[in-house]
This record gives sequence, structure tokens and C-alpha cells, in this order.
Amino acid sequence: MPRTLAEKVWDEHVVRRADGEPDLLYIDLHLLHEVTSPQAFDGLRLAGRGVRRPDQTVATEDHNVPTTPGPISDPVSRTQVETLRKNCADFGVRLFPMGDAEQGIVHIIGPQLGLTQPGTTIVCGDSHTSTHGAFGALALGIGTSEVEHVLATQTLPLTPFRTMAITVDGDLPEGVTAKDIILAVIAEIGTGGGQGYVLEYRGSAIEQLSMEARMTVCNMSIEAGARAGMIAPDDTTFAYLEGRPHAPAGADWDAAVAAWRELRTDDGATFDREVRIDASTLSPYVTWGTNPGQGLPLSASVPDPESFGDETDKAAAERALTYMGLEAGTPLRRIAVDTVFLGSCTNGRIEDLRAAAAVIEGHRVADGVRMLVVPGSARVRLQAEAEGLDAVFTEAGAEWRLAGCSMCLGMNPDQLTPGERSASTSNRNFEGRQGKGGRTHLVSPLVAAATAVRGTLSSPADL
Amino acid sequence: MEKFTTHTGIGVPLRRSNVDTDQIIPAVYLKRVTRTGFEDGLFSAWRGDESFVLNDATYSRGSVLVAGPDFGTGSSREHAVWALMDYGFRVVISSRFADIFRGNAGKAGLLTAQVRQDDVELLWKLLENHPGLDVRVDLEDRTITAGELVVPFEVDDYTRWRLLEGLDDISLTLRHDGEIAEFEQGRPSWKPSVQEAARR
Repeated sequence: MPRTLAEKVWDEHVVRRADGEPDLLYIDLHLLHEVTSPQAFDGLRLAGRGVRRPDQTVATEDHNVPTTPGPISDPVSRTQVETLRKNCADFGVRLFPMGDAEQGIVHIIGPQLGLTQPGTTIVCGDSHTSTHGAFGALALGIGTSEVEHVLATQTLPLTPFRTMAITVDGDLPEGVTAKDIILAVIAEIGTGGGQGYVLEYRGSAIEQLSMEARMTVCNMSIEAGARAGMIAPDDTTFAYLEGRPHAPAGADWDAAVAAWRELRTDDGATFDREVRIDASTLSPYVTWGTNPGQGLPLSASVPDPESFGDETDKAAAERALTYMGLEAGTPLRRIAVDTVFLGSCTNGRIEDLRAAAAVIEGHRVADGVRMLVVPGSARVRLQAEAEGLDAVFTEAGAEWRLAGCSMCLGMNPDQLTPGERSASTSNRNFEGRQGKGGRTHLVSPLVAAATAVRGTLSSPADL
Repeated sequence: MEKFTTHTGIGVPLRRSNVDTDQIIPAVYLKRVTRTGFEDGLFSAWRGDESFVLNDATYSRGSVLVAGPDFGTGSSREHAVWALMDYGFRVVISSRFADIFRGNAGKAGLLTAQVRQDDVELLWKLLENHPGLDVRVDLEDRTITAGELVVPFEVDDYTRWRLLEGLDDISLTLRHDGEIAEFEQGRPSWKPSVQEAARR
């Protein structure tokens, strides 16, 4: 029977299948960070259990880390990071700590090291684990109880997901990026549209994307409520992986690529739902509200809550406008920001920095606007510095920082103050996400750079 | 995990959709390394607003939360479940739950009862008209009773069984240790390994 990509990867990892029970799925790679793991390690200790496969488990420090030089000043954050270090030492788990050349946001370093591979199952106690699906992996965000379960057993009991094809055909117009594709997808299907589904992004516009852009798309699958997002691996994927530190090599490489080439949805396989998007109709997207589904083309205006037919959507829009301090009918391009954040697991990779630098080069960050540029990993930072991108940003008046989650989530020193408004390349515009009372507009790196220069939500075409 | 068969407690109407996990507990509360004591972070931004439902003395003792659709979206933080439970909630009722939140709740012993949105509306009206009204949630027959109102709810069979029995997932899986070991024998040599760097 023809199968989808997700079904193939699932089937290859079933350890046990029994009537009335979830499938027991084998996990190839487990990524850890300091926030969602301490209670899991404590659970192991209490039960006298160990980590079953330290060779398939790797940890880094990202959520709490400051992006300015020096130690962590907040004692609670420091304790959490120190706890991870102790847990990794006690249980034999490899850790890339602050200061290590391989440190960075967990979803940036997995692919960078070549650990994220097609056809694997990958989990992490972080919802943006969906990022790794760009390689044709089945990559799931999990909670701390599940982290403990995977540490102890290297498996997870899971009920099969439904499948949804998101087909994006056609050519993206100039200045339109992977971020705009995914923001448009979420606006189309809603924040709950993907619940219970694995999304498979396909079509000519997806095939033309680089690996980095594919990661941006898959990263925000969770913002549509999906368990995972996937893209079938192809020559672009293999070229990205070849030669990376943990990628297969020699005869293993040939065997792996041969197996990976089978990882495509079969002709005639059916999806439970299909959505089609014409790439040529897309334009730069920005969010105006407090969930990622509340987005519109930059050329639009803040919507009138009355324009929503559904009572729940109308109430949500009313609340969002109050929180965001916006009036219906205001052109999005007139919205002035205080802060621009370029970084995160969504848009903190080298291509993102290159794209933003190309826009900002020769310009200045507008008066009264601060711009934070935060590479997603230490490697990305070193690469950017080798290319002189750091100088482009600092000469424009932006701040060049060390790698970490930074202003994506209001957990480390990089935060918005109450009422402060940002254009952010991160993934969530929830109330208070970037700091209590902060107001977030989600944008692409190109829009972020142009917005920094003009001080109002803008695209490079406006410069 | 404690067994869950029925629970009766004060119902709290939370008339909001898309209650994301950053609202349930903001990231700044996630720095702790303990598994308990998260009640102070629950809805912390909203609790600063006097009109928020949990600031009403009657509802503040509630243990059954009735929320709008898409409850628990966003981050995978299980702290959201712990914060709700530490505060005293044992059941969340909604017409749609985010998948990861629902999974986390099932592991930690918080019941997520899925009902039709029409029934959420009925429960909201009832609880607002009768503050402090008890809601009885019966996991055996999957019903919610509040006053004269009786509505059915959905929860998947496996989670229901585990909650009813109070079973720990890891022990259940370790019964199949042999099958896991056998599966591992068959894995190709090129699967990712963390510790064997630069195999070229």
C-alpha cells in the first residue's frame, strides 16, 4: 500500500505494536537543554534508572544563557545550567556548554553537527523540535515526563498521527522568504489547524528552498498546532549533510544515501488533509495579534474585529488589539517599533544573518530603535564574523551578541519591557512572550532589517 | 501517579481561546529545577488584573477549569501542567487541546476532557450564573455533571486506562525491554551517534 513520508519513518521505528495500545516507537536521537531536563534526571535518580543510550543523547545550554560576555548573573538561571552540567556528568551525557565552539540553540546545533539525519526519529523537550523535520526526520517536541521516558527507555509510546500535505507550488516573488511561507500557512489553517497531524511540506517552491529555509518552515509547524513538520530529503539535503562531523562517512555514507532516497511519499499515497498554496501570490507577512495565526501581508491594515465571522475569533482579535495597543484600520506599515530582534531557532542561521546584512549594509538603524543580532550558535557566530557580517551590523548601529535563545522567550536578560514593541524573527507573539507586557510582531529577517532602518514595519522594497 | 476515577470541585469559567502555555506559566518561572511549587506562576500576568476570574474569591478555590478552544498551545513546557495541578486543578475542559499539552497532562495526572464548544458555552453560562457550583467529572463513564447539566466528554482510551489505574508509563515500557534490545540489534551502522565524532 502506498505510504506517506511520515508513515514510512514511523513504520521503520515501531518496536512494538499491540491492539488497544499506542505504538512503541524507537528514538534515534534525543536532544536536551537545561530547562526541561532537570526534573527528568531527578526522576531517573528516584527510580534508580540510568540513561539507556548516552551515545544517542546530547545536551547544550541555550535558553538561560546571556548573550553578552561573562557568567550568568541570575542565580536561579545559573543553578539550572549547573544542574544540567551535573546531570550530564553523572549520567555520561555529552554536553556542549557555554563557551564551547559547538554550543548554541539546540535546534541549530543538531543539523550543524550532522546529527539530524533523514529518516530518523528525534525528540527534545522543546516544541520547536519540529525544525529537524526539514531533513525528513520525524521530530517531536515532548514534555519532561516524556524526556524521562526516553532517557530511560530510548522509546516513546505514541498514537499514530494523521497526515496533512501542504503543497506550495510556484516561484516565490523577490523579497519573500520561507518565513513568509510558514506565516501564510499558519494564517490559512489556524493555530489549531494542525492538531493531531504531521505536516508534509511539498511542491516546487519547497523543493527550491535551501536546508536553512526548510528548517524555518518546519520550525513553526508547532505554531499551526502540528506534532511535526517534514520535507522529503533530496540532493539539497544530502549536500548539506555530507562531511559534517557526525554525518555517516565512506561506505556508511553511500548506504545511508541509498536508504534516504526511498524517503518520499509514494505516488498514490493519500493524506488525511491537503492544503495548496500558490507561492507566486505570497508577499512579506507580519503578525498583528497575539497568536501566530493572526498574520497578514505587510501591505494590509490592522483588521477590524467585527470582520471576523466566528465569535471566538472576534473576541480573540479584540483582546489582541487591546494588548498590542493597535487600532483597527491602521496600515501595518505605519506601526513603529522600539526593538528589532534577529535570531532564534527560526531565523538564527547563517543565511538569515547574510540576508539581513545585505539589506542593512550602508544604512543605519533608525534613531530610537535598538537592534539585537543573535547568532543561533557559536559556529554561526564564527562563520558570520569570518564573513564580516558582524561589522556590517555594528556599523549600522546594531548589537552583535553571543549565541543563545535570547529574546525569543523572556527567560534570560534579553527581554522587552512592558509596552515595548518589537519586530522579531522568532516564532511566538504570545502575550508577554518576549518579556512581561512586551508586544511582538513576527517577521522575516528581510523585514526585520528593513524595519530596523525605517523604524516602522517595512520590507526591503521600502528602502 | 495517583488514580483518577471521579473528581468533584468548583468549576472555573475561563472565557478565552488560544490559552497558550506562556499564559499558563511564563518562561521566567521555568528556571526552577524542582517539580512542584509552580502555583505562583499560574496565569501570572492575568492574575495582575483584578477582573481575572481566579481573583474572584469563589472561583479561586476551583479545581475544574473550563476554557475556550485551543487550550495549551505553544511551548512543550510540562510546567504548564504542573502549575495547574499545583494550584489545585485536576481537570481542564475545552473543545480543543494542543497535542503536546494534552500528552503532558496525561502523563502527570491532569485530566483533559474534550467536549463540544456548545457544551463549553453551556458550562460557562451555568458557572457564571452560579459561582461556586460544583462540577463532577466521571472518568469511568466519561461525563461531566454540573447542576442539571450532563455532558459527555472525550479522552482517548489508553490515557483513560492509565489514569484510572494510576500507571507509570516507564514501568509499562520496561516490560518490553527485550523487544527494545532486539530492535536495537537491527539498526543500521550509519544511524547518528553523538559520541563517535568525525568518523570520516
